[in-house]
Amino acid sequence: MSTMVALPVLLPLIAGAVSLALWRSRFAQRSIGVVANLALMWVSVELLLLTWNEGIQVMHMGSWPAPFGIVLVSDMLGAIMVVLTAIIGLATAVYSLSGVSRRHEHYGYYPLMHLLLAGVNGAFLTGDIFNMYVWFEVMLVASFALLILGGERAQMEGAIKYVTLNLLSSALFLSGIGLLYGLTGTLNMADIAMKLNSVEDTGLITVIAMLFMVSFGIKASAFPFFFWLPASYHTPQVAVSALFAGLLTKVGVYALFRVFSLIFDHDVGYTHTLLLWMAALTMLTGVLGAAAQFEFRRILSFHIISQIGYMILGLALFTPLAIIGGVFYLMHHIIVKANLFLVSGVVYRLKGTHELKDLGGLYRSHPWLGVLFLIPALSLAGLPPLSGFFAKFILIRAGVEVEAWWVVAVALVVGLLTLYSMIKIWAEVFWKAQPEGVSHPVDPAAHQGGLWLMVLPIVGLGLMTLFIGLWGQPIYLLAERAAVEMLDSSRYIDAVLGSAQGVRP
Amino acid sequence: METLMAFAVGGLYAAAIYMMLRRSIVKLVIGLVLLSNAANLLIFTAAGMDRGLPPLIPEGMLVPDGPVADPLAQALILTAIVIGFGVLAFAVVLIHRAYEVVRADDMDQMKDTDT
Repeated sequence: MSTMVALPVLLPLIAGAVSLALWRSRFAQRSIGVVANLALMWVSVELLLLTWNEGIQVMHMGSWPAPFGIVLVSDMLGAIMVVLTAIIGLATAVYSLSGVSRRHEHYGYYPLMHLLLAGVNGAFLTGDIFNMYVWFEVMLVASFALLILGGERAQMEGAIKYVTLNLLSSALFLSGIGLLYGLTGTLNMADIAMKLNSVEDTGLITVIAMLFMVSFGIKASAFPFFFWLPASYHTPQVAVSALFAGLLTKVGVYALFRVFSLIFDHDVGYTHTLLLWMAALTMLTGVLGAAAQFEFRRILSFHIISQIGYMILGLALFTPLAIIGGVFYLMHHIIVKANLFLVSGVVYRLKGTHELKDLGGLYRSHPWLGVLFLIPALSLAGLPPLSGFFAKFILIRAGVEVEAWWVVAVALVVGLLTLYSMIKIWAEVFWKAQPEGVSHPVDPAAHQGGLWLMVLPIVGLGLMTLFIGLWGQPIYLLAERAAVEMLDSSRYIDAVLGSAQGVRP
Repeated sequence: METLMAFAVGGLYAAAIYMMLRRSIVKLVIGLVLLSNAANLLIFTAAGMDRGLPPLIPEGMLVPDGPVADPLAQALILTAIVIGFGVLAFAVVLIHRAYEVVRADDMDQMKDTDT
């Protein structure tokens, strides 16, 4: 048993509670925001090292043996996701010091941020399917409140769609859990996976698998369930957008990865073929939607959707190399996407608008910002030697190996269109001259300094993108280990249930 | 009994989806309430509806005396009700605020952020 596994969940929960208690002190909340996320970073890296060196870590809550109690499990996939959460958490916390207005801080921005991170980490680490539902809800409630912080009209309209579709997804998830419990009599995911092998009615299992696919598809904003995302992600504060873009849809992707590798692998020919269609259409609709947009954050929102398609593609092909590609893509994407949103926030601060047609001339006035934008933008499009190139390369090679030609073609075309979108932003925001006669009220805080606090996380995330691109081998090894564990579900099952039978794994 | 419950759950789901497809945001929230209740009843039904003793082990014994009811399903439903209630409270406040800024109980008036 390892108590280390609980720390990435406990730490943000405690930080959130303390932050809530110090409601009146802006200074204390801001310091806790940074310090707690630094600590979270340290803890999660430690957990990743522990999982790497000693195999899957399991913690039985309250010492109830699995499958009777709730377990927290840290396998490679979960540990990687927790580290990524910590990276994004730290980046947003530093960015928020200068990027979130005093009014929003006053409404409880920091406590909500901690709660969101606790929910996300809980969902990544839990080994119990109902517990996963609970963490999803913790995450959702925090995200609801963050989304409407400020209470502008656009936020209300976006939030109604976001809340409705996410609650629908939760209800479907809950229904799926209910049916699964009726079928197997257990909630522990490892135990479910084992018991499902002896269930004769595989048709019913496929029905439940579909419920989960739709539910997590909504959360991951896959085709055809993505409509809530472009309607809401461009409305809140930029720091909140970045946090959501980096983490929330990826929780849905993680859940798909977990459930469709561990539990529902009995009828791969049916479920994963469906996932393959879903992946291809998600990529296409996302990128085509982005091509039609002329607002910075809306373009980026649509690109989240198209990138989700690549990750699901990795799961859908279901070969070792494809899963490596999917996990690699997750790591690359979370960092790059959050970074792009942060850049859009700096642009907004300098120019006071997100509309591409009103922007321009930034390369002349702020050339360094152009470079900081190009790193994640070109990485998103998959240009070598940046991180996105290797992520796409692995996936496409996996597609070629199983001779899924049409999906490889889709992935390549979508890559090109992504490049088109990024070049569009580059040309409109940085390259063309500032249009005449357009002036937007710029936040007076823009000239008060503190801009370096917003740029610092962008530089950090940009360096990570370069690192993954130039020195991808260790990242590839991490993804490989995660893929091996996912494809051989007996490892997970033995780690969770083995100790219950008195046998240490 | 299970057949009856199955029809009740199905009816609740149908009513929930119908309400959510209406344009009024108040009806939307009513739909969400029905949906979470339908899911709760589904757990209740799927977990098995047999009569059993309370799941208590008599003193001096290591196993229950005779067939007992499954307490876990009720624990799940209780948790789901509490979560659903909290989320619902949020949704009600949200539609109230949305009504204040938009001044209409109509989803068609809230298309500004769509693409």
